[in-house]
Amino acid sequence: MQWLMTFRIALRALARNKLRAFLTMLGIIIGVGAVIAMVAIGEGAKSTIRAQIASLGTNVLVVLPGSNVQGGVRGGFGNVNTLVDSDGRAMTRELPSVAFASPVLRRQDQVVAGNLNWGTLVQGVAPEFQQIRDWQVSTGRYLHDGDMESAAKVAVIGQTVARQLFGNDDPLDGVIRIRNIPFRIVGTLVPKGQTGQGTDQDDTIMIPYTTMQKRLMRITWVQSIVVRAINAERVQEAQEQITLLLRQRHRIGSDREDDFNVRNLSDIAEAAQSTARVMAVLLGSVAGISLLVGGIGIMNIMLVSVTERTREIGIRMAVGARSRDIMLQFLVEAVVMAATGGLIGIVLGIGSSEVLKEWAQWPTLVRPEIVAIAFLFSGAVGIFFGFYPAKKAASLDPIDALRYE
Amino acid sequence: MSEVIRVEGLFKTYRMGDVEVPALRGIDLTIERGEFVAVMGSSGSGKSTFMNVLGCLDRPTKGKYYLDGEEVGSLSADAWAHIRNKRIGFVFQGFNLLSRTTALENVELPMMYNGFASKDRHARAVEVLSLVGLAERHDHTPNRLSGGQQQRVAIARALVNKPSLILADEPTGNLDTVTSNDIMALFQKLNAEQGITIILVTHEADIAEHAKRQIVFRDGQMVSDHPNQQVIARLEA
Repeated sequence: MQWLMTFRIALRALARNKLRAFLTMLGIIIGVGAVIAMVAIGEGAKSTIRAQIASLGTNVLVVLPGSNVQGGVRGGFGNVNTLVDSDGRAMTRELPSVAFASPVLRRQDQVVAGNLNWGTLVQGVAPEFQQIRDWQVSTGRYLHDGDMESAAKVAVIGQTVARQLFGNDDPLDGVIRIRNIPFRIVGTLVPKGQTGQGTDQDDTIMIPYTTMQKRLMRITWVQSIVVRAINAERVQEAQEQITLLLRQRHRIGSDREDDFNVRNLSDIAEAAQSTARVMAVLLGSVAGISLLVGGIGIMNIMLVSVTERTREIGIRMAVGARSRDIMLQFLVEAVVMAATGGLIGIVLGIGSSEVLKEWAQWPTLVRPEIVAIAFLFSGAVGIFFGFYPAKKAASLDPIDALRYE
Repeated sequence: MSEVIRVEGLFKTYRMGDVEVPALRGIDLTIERGEFVAVMGSSGSGKSTFMNVLGCLDRPTKGKYYLDGEEVGSLSADAWAHIRNKRIGFVFQGFNLLSRTTALENVELPMMYNGFASKDRHARAVEVLSLVGLAERHDHTPNRLSGGQQQRVAIARALVNKPSLILADEPTGNLDTVTSNDIMALFQKLNAEQGITIILVTHEADIAEHAKRQIVFRDGQMVSDHPNQQVIARLEA
């Protein structure tokens, strides 16, 4: 018998008992709907978390000069002066995986403003540092390229420094002295709070790295370059590209070791990835379980249906249905129920995630591949759980089936 | 006349636990095209088993069964399904119609299993329904039809694929006397006008009186086989 005919017979059989068909489908509807809504919620949460973690700097890399070895004494990182600011510019220019790069020079210094003084971390940075750290200014402006070129004596200060040196006064356009060199304050930074290690991130002053090199430290190299990769997934790629580029620029032969060191914040990145993984596994298993329950519901009803329709099966066999036709009919019934339930579930799932987004302001993200997988899975559930009842129906003896009361 | 059915040395033994129960013990019988045969006997006489074998629903333990000259007793289950579909029409005591399905769809059912086009199916179903006198009730479901009407639908269903023979198992068992006579008259009409071979199982003598030939079963054997002179005489008159 043709497929079309089997399909029609199955549809007619389902139409004859609409309420039961619907109740059977309900398991799949709820299963698929829940999967899609939950995964949408999970994906929304994941992208929020990812954005938050990215602001912590998971896609940030730090390039440090290598250590030097002199007479068996191995210095720490940063003891050689091969790293220069043009290395950072080359990275942004030549590497597609690098979004921003900024030289960073650091020194603990005593800073004086009026009659107050405060020991704080002075950082010489490029304008890109703002994007790398994702750090907004609260008042005034950040450092710009003009400051770099002229090695301007300007500074942007963190909230802690502002409080310590200016109290409640507005620090903007105020003057601070670092090693007796006056700097004009052009901006203040929004508070960023403590790091995980207990360092106050707001206890800092940022000045152009060129000013730092020329006026404060009198060096031509840089202590480090911080780099932001395009996204967290491409950190690894960025790391490899930077290594290649710097080896080339520093003319390091294949027989020599790097004179620099590229490091990433792998702890945080790994934590973020494993969080996402745990979430995916959790949602996946919930998805599997709910669909499994729906499938068992289908099997249950199909078994009842086979028993109840024993006589119908007998009649069909008597008028010429082969075992295969009966088997196919029940299988198609199960699959039609599962697939229809799946479709309704998809609509329900997308609808409820949209409602959540609109009314509860919960970020949701419906991924088309999840929708496709949920639908295919519901069809597979129909085949799997419909198979045994269908087999049972097909193996009935027509004489017994006709005699069944 | 050509023969429709020929059985030779037919045995059927059921096994119940360790006990072997013989249901048919050596049946030899030939039925020609256009015959109207009543198979009679008390319950346990083997007549139902015999009908199941003739209907390709049950396999004989021993012996040969030729349908239209072809040995069919040993064919596969799928081949049997095809034979039941094309060459045998069943009419049952309990009507055995699909509930919540219209008369027309019930009649169309056998055609769904042999690839009829939808349009042809419909036309043929309408045709046989008017043949059994139910032209007006196509879209009625069985629960809105009387017993006699339900049996007519079942007869239409049996006729729809133009079978070689109709096997009717106690077709009047659930009907009152008047309706029974109507149904038997319908069988007679189909037999006389369409030349359809009919084999009818019954335990009621007055129902068997409608047939042209009467066969009696007892203890799995055929104990009598004679023409019904009354009916033949009336038909010839």
